[in-house]
Amino acid sequence: MRFEQLQARAKKAWQEVVSPQIPLIRMGMATCGRAAGGQELLQAFQEELAKNKIQAQFSEVGCLGLCYAEPMAEIILPGRPGVLFAKLTPAKMKKIGEDYLVHGKIVGDSALAVMGPARNGTPAFTDLPMVKGQQRTALRNCGIIDPTNLDHYLAHDGYVGLKRALSLSPDEVIAEVKTSGLRGRGGAGFPTGQKWEFCRKATGTPKYLICNADEGDPGAFMDRSVLESDPHSVLEGMALAAYAIGAEHGYIYCRAEYPLALERLDLAIRQATEHNLLGDNILGSGFNLHLKIKMGAGAFVCGEETALMASIEGRRGMPRTRPPFPANQGLFGKPTTINNVETLANLPPILAKGGAWYAGFGTEKSKGTKTFALAGKVDRTGLIEVPMGITLKEIVFDIGGGSPIGKKIKAVQTGGPSGGCIPAELFDLPVDYERLAAVGSIMGSGGMVVLDENTCMVDVARYFLEFTKNESCGKCAPCRLGTRQMHEILTDICAGRGRPGDIELLEEIGAAVRKGSLCALGGTAPNPVLTTIQHYRHEYEQHIQDQRCFAGVCKALITYSINAETCNGCRVCATNCPQQAISGEKKKPHVIDTALCIKCGICYEMCKFDAVVRQ
Amino acid sequence: MEEIKFTIDGQEVTAKPGQSVLEATLAAGIYIPNLCYDPKLEPYGGCRLCVVEIEGMRGLPTACTTKVTPGMKVRSETPEVHQVRKITMELLVADHPLECLTCSLNQRCDLQKAAAFLGVDQSRLRRSERALANDESNPFFVRDFKKCILCARCVRVCSEVRGLGAIDMAKRGYEAFISPFAGLPIADSICESCGECVDHCPTGALYVRGEAILPGKEVKTICPYCGVGCQMVLGIRQNRIVKVLGDLTYPVNSGSLCVKGRFGLDFASSEDRLKTPLIKKNGQLVEATWDEALDLVASRFKEIKKKHGGQAIAGLCSAKATNEENYLFQKFIRAGAGSPHIDHCARL
Ligand SMILES: Cc1cc2nc3c(=O)[nH]c(=O)nc-3n(C[C@H](O)[C@H](O)[C@H](O)COP(=O)(O)O)c2cc1C
Ligand code: SF4
Ligand code: SF4
Ligand code: SF4
Ligand code: SF4
Ligand code: SF4
Ligand code: FES
Ligand code: FES
Repeated sequence: MRFEQLQARAKKAWQEVVSPQIPLIRMGMATCGRAAGGQELLQAFQEELAKNKIQAQFSEVGCLGLCYAEPMAEIILPGRPGVLFAKLTPAKMKKIGEDYLVHGKIVGDSALAVMGPARNGTPAFTDLPMVKGQQRTALRNCGIIDPTNLDHYLAHDGYVGLKRALSLSPDEVIAEVKTSGLRGRGGAGFPTGQKWEFCRKATGTPKYLICNADEGDPGAFMDRSVLESDPHSVLEGMALAAYAIGAEHGYIYCRAEYPLALERLDLAIRQATEHNLLGDNILGSGFNLHLKIKMGAGAFVCGEETALMASIEGRRGMPRTRPPFPANQGLFGKPTTINNVETLANLPPILAKGGAWYAGFGTEKSKGTKTFALAGKVDRTGLIEVPMGITLKEIVFDIGGGSPIGKKIKAVQTGGPSGGCIPAELFDLPVDYERLAAVGSIMGSGGMVVLDENTCMVDVARYFLEFTKNESCGKCAPCRLGTRQMHEILTDICAGRGRPGDIELLEEIGAAVRKGSLCALGGTAPNPVLTTIQHYRHEYEQHIQDQRCFAGVCKALITYSINAETCNGCRVCATNCPQQAISGEKKKPHVIDTALCIKCGICYEMCKFDAVVRQ
Repeated sequence: MEEIKFTIDGQEVTAKPGQSVLEATLAAGIYIPNLCYDPKLEPYGGCRLCVVEIEGMRGLPTACTTKVTPGMKVRSETPEVHQVRKITMELLVADHPLECLTCSLNQRCDLQKAAAFLGVDQSRLRRSERALANDESNPFFVRDFKKCILCARCVRVCSEVRGLGAIDMAKRGYEAFISPFAGLPIADSICESCGECVDHCPTGALYVRGEAILPGKEVKTICPYCGVGCQMVLGIRQNRIVKVLGDLTYPVNSGSLCVKGRFGLDFASSEDRLKTPLIKKNGQLVEATWDEALDLVASRFKEIKKKHGGQAIAGLCSAKATNEENYLFQKFIRAGAGSPHIDHCARL
C-alpha cells in the first residue's frame, strides 16, 4: 500500500472512533489504569451491559496522565463528543451505564470533562486546571489513541515526519533538529542535533542507534507511559534518528519490569515492518532499519549510556570512562547514538511541523516542552508536559492544585535521586536546564516531588541516598563508599546520633564524591544532601544540636504528649493507641506514658481537638 | 618512535606514544597514587586515586585512562586534587580492617603505600566492615572479602591475561563483591588455580596460604614443570622456597605462571623427595649411583630387544622435558630401540 493509501485507510478508522455507530467505551489501560483496577472494572461493566442487552463496543487507550483521577473511561455516544468519567468504581460505572449510556444524561458532577467544547456544566478537557497549562508534544497521542492500532497513530500525522525526512538529505534532517533546539530528555540535556552530527561524521561501520528505555529514576514514568500509550511515535523517532546518523540497526533497551511496554513495542515493530515503515527499503526510499528489543534487568546504572552498551554486549552493566564517546566508539566499538524515549517521541512532530515550530516553545537555551512526573503532597498528581520556562509555582499550584489538605508547601524535589530540593521561596523560577542547575538541582528525567511542611529535609536526603547507595554499580570507590558513608551519617542524624561536625563532613564528602566519581550517578548522588544543607541547614542543626525534628518525621527526635488544657477526655486516643500508652478518666485530661509510646502518631492524627502535641 | 613532551606540576616529562599520563609519570619517577592500574591490563578508572587536573579538560580526569598528548599540562598536587584523593582514601580505610601487622601483604601493600602518601585522618568517618566470610575453598589461596577494595584487577587479569573469566563483580553498591559464577566457592568454579589474580591483587584480599614469611634472598630460575620454560623468581629462606613469583621482565611468560609452577614447588624440600636412583635387589630398593642405574637399564633394554625385538619396547615422554629432549627421546626409541611405540603425556 502506498503511504497516501495508508493514510486514507487510517482516517476512516479514526472516523469510526470519533463518530461511532454504537456507543464506544474507551478505557485507560496503561499500567497506571490497570493498577487502578481498570481491567476488572471493564470486565464487570461489559458483563453488566451484556446482561441488560445494551449494545456497546470497547477499546483500550493509553495514559492521559491524570493519575489522581484513575481509573478513567471515555464514553462516546453516536453523534456526540466523548465524555470522560473519572475515579470510577463498579457502582459508579453501573450508574453511568444507566444514566449516560442509556439515557444520555450526565448526572451531577459524575463526568470529569468533555473531549470537545464544555457542555451542560461539564468542562472541556482542555480547560481542566491540570490540562490547561500543558503543551502535550511527546505525549500528544497518549490516552487519545489505541496504542495497538497503527491506523490511530497514522491518523494523527503518524509517520508524516518520516515521510518528509526521507525526501530530505540526512544533513537536512540534522539541521531541522538543530533548529528545533531539542535537547536530550534522558537527563543530561545534550543538544540532539549536535549529537547526531558527531555520529554522522564519525568513521566506522556499521553505525548503531539505541533507544534508552531503561527509565530507572524512582518516580519517573514518562517513558513507560509513551511506550505503552504511543509506541509508534518512538519507532518513528528512531527511524528519523537512524536515517540522520546513517544507521541500519537499532536497539531498544527496555527494563523487564515494563512488560506492557515490551509487548506494545513488539507489536508496533511488527506492524511497522508489515507496512514498510520499518525494515528494508522503507517507503521506497532505499533506507533500511532493523530494530531489536533488548531487555534490561532493572539496574538504575544500566540507564547510563556506557553501562547500557556493556549490558547489550552481554557484559556487566558498569560505566566506563569517556572519551571515547559513543558517537565514535559505542556499541561493539562502533559509532553509536543513544537517545532517550521522550527525546525520540518529540521528533516526529518536529519533522512534520518544522524545527521552528518546536523552538517556538520554551526559553532561550531550553526549547520545546518537557514532561514531569508530578507526585508527592499535591492534589493532582500525574504526568504532565509543559513548555520550558513555566514557573514552579504554575506547576505546583495551577496544574497540581497545591496541597490537598491545606498544608504549606515547603519545596519541590526535581531530578530524582540525582536532583535537589528547591525551596518554595524560589518557586518563581522558570523551569529550564540552566535555571534548575543554578539552584543546585537538575532537570533529570523529570521527576518532581512536592514536599509540604510535614516533610523533614534530612529524611528526604536520607531517602535518596539510600537509593543511590544501593544502585551504585560498585566500580568506583568514592561513589560506592561515599554514598554509603553519607547515608550512614544521615541515618545517624535522623536517629538522634548526629555528631557536631557532621554537616561539614557531609559537605566535604559530598564535594569529593561529586568530583571524584566516574559517572554521573556518583557525580550527582550528593545533590539531595548538598541542596538540603544549602537551603535547610537549620533543620540539620536542629537535629544534631537540639535533638529535634520539627517536621515530626524522625521518630527518635519527637515525643508525643497531651495538652491538658485542650484535652476534653473523649478517649479516642486511648482507644486507638496500639500500645495502651494513654490513660485517663473519661471527660478528664489524658496522659501519655512515654515509656510505652512507640511514636506511631495515631493519637495525633485522631484527636479532633488538637490536644495531642508532637514535639 | 617519537617521544611526547608534557608537563606535570610544571616539570617537563617525556612519554612514549600511547602511554597514559599515569604510566609516563610513574616512569619518570613521580608517584601518583593508584590502586586499580596494572601495567598488564586495560585501564579501568575505578579507584579514582589518580585523578589529576589537566588544562582544557573538564572536571578531574583519571591519569590512568588519559593518554598523553603533546604539550599537555597536568597538575597532580593541587589542593582540590589532593582533597578528592584524600577523602577517597579515607573512605577506603574506613571500610578496611586495620590489621596490617598480621596481614600477609604487610609492607608490600599498595593500599598502605597510597594511604601513607596521602596521610589520611581516619577517625572522623563511620567505620564499616563487610559481612562476608573468607572463601577458603581453594587449597592454595584465600579470598578475604573484608580487605577487598574492588579494584577488579583479579577479575581483569583472569579474563584479559588468562582468557578464562572465572570471576566477576557480583551485586551492586556496597554489597558488591568479587565472585565466581552464581556465587559458588572458587573451588567449585572454572578457576584453574593459576594464582594470577593473587599475584595482581594490590592488597591482602587475595593471599597465598602460609606465605607470610619474607624471603631472605631471591633466585631467578626456570620452572621445572614443562617445556614452556616460564621464568620465575623464587623467594628463598633457609634453603626453602617460601615464595614464587613470575618474572615480569621475561618475554616467555611476562610474569605469568600456571598452578603447577606457582603452587607446586613444595616438592623441592619434601622429605619424600628421591635424591638418588634406587635399584631393587632381593625385593628391596637400594640406593645406587646414576652410572649403576643407567648401566642396568641399558643392559635390560638390550636383552629385551634381542629376545623379543624392538617392538617390545615403548617410550612415554613428558611435558616436563623440553622440545629438544623430547626429540632426542623419540629418536632413541625409534632409531635406537627400533620401536614405533612412542607417546607423550600431553597427548593423553
Ligand atoms: C546513572 C544514570 C542513569 C541514567 N538513566 C537513564 C535512563 O533511565 N534513561 C535515559 O534515557 N537516560 C538515562 N541516563 C542518561 C544516559 O546516559 C544518556 O545521557 C541518555 O540516554 C542520552 O539520551 P538523550 O540525549 O536523548 O537524553 C542515565 C545516566 C546516568 C548517569
Ligand atoms: S560513579 Fe558510581 S555508578 Fe558510576 S561508575 Fe562509579 S561506582 Fe559506578
Ligand atoms: S503515638 Fe501511638 S503509641 Fe504513642 S501514644 Fe499515640 S497512639 Fe499511642
Ligand atoms: S591489605 Fe594492606 S592495608 Fe589492608 S591490612 Fe593488609 S597490609 Fe594492611
Ligand atoms: S586463580 Fe587463575 S583461573 Fe582462578 S580466578 Fe585467579 S586468575 Fe582466574
Ligand atoms: S581481590 Fe584484590 S584484586 Fe580483586 S578486586 Fe579485591 S582488591 Fe582488587
Ligand atoms: S494516569 Fe497514567 S501514569 Fe498516571
Ligand atoms: S589507578 Fe586510575 S583510577 Fe585507579
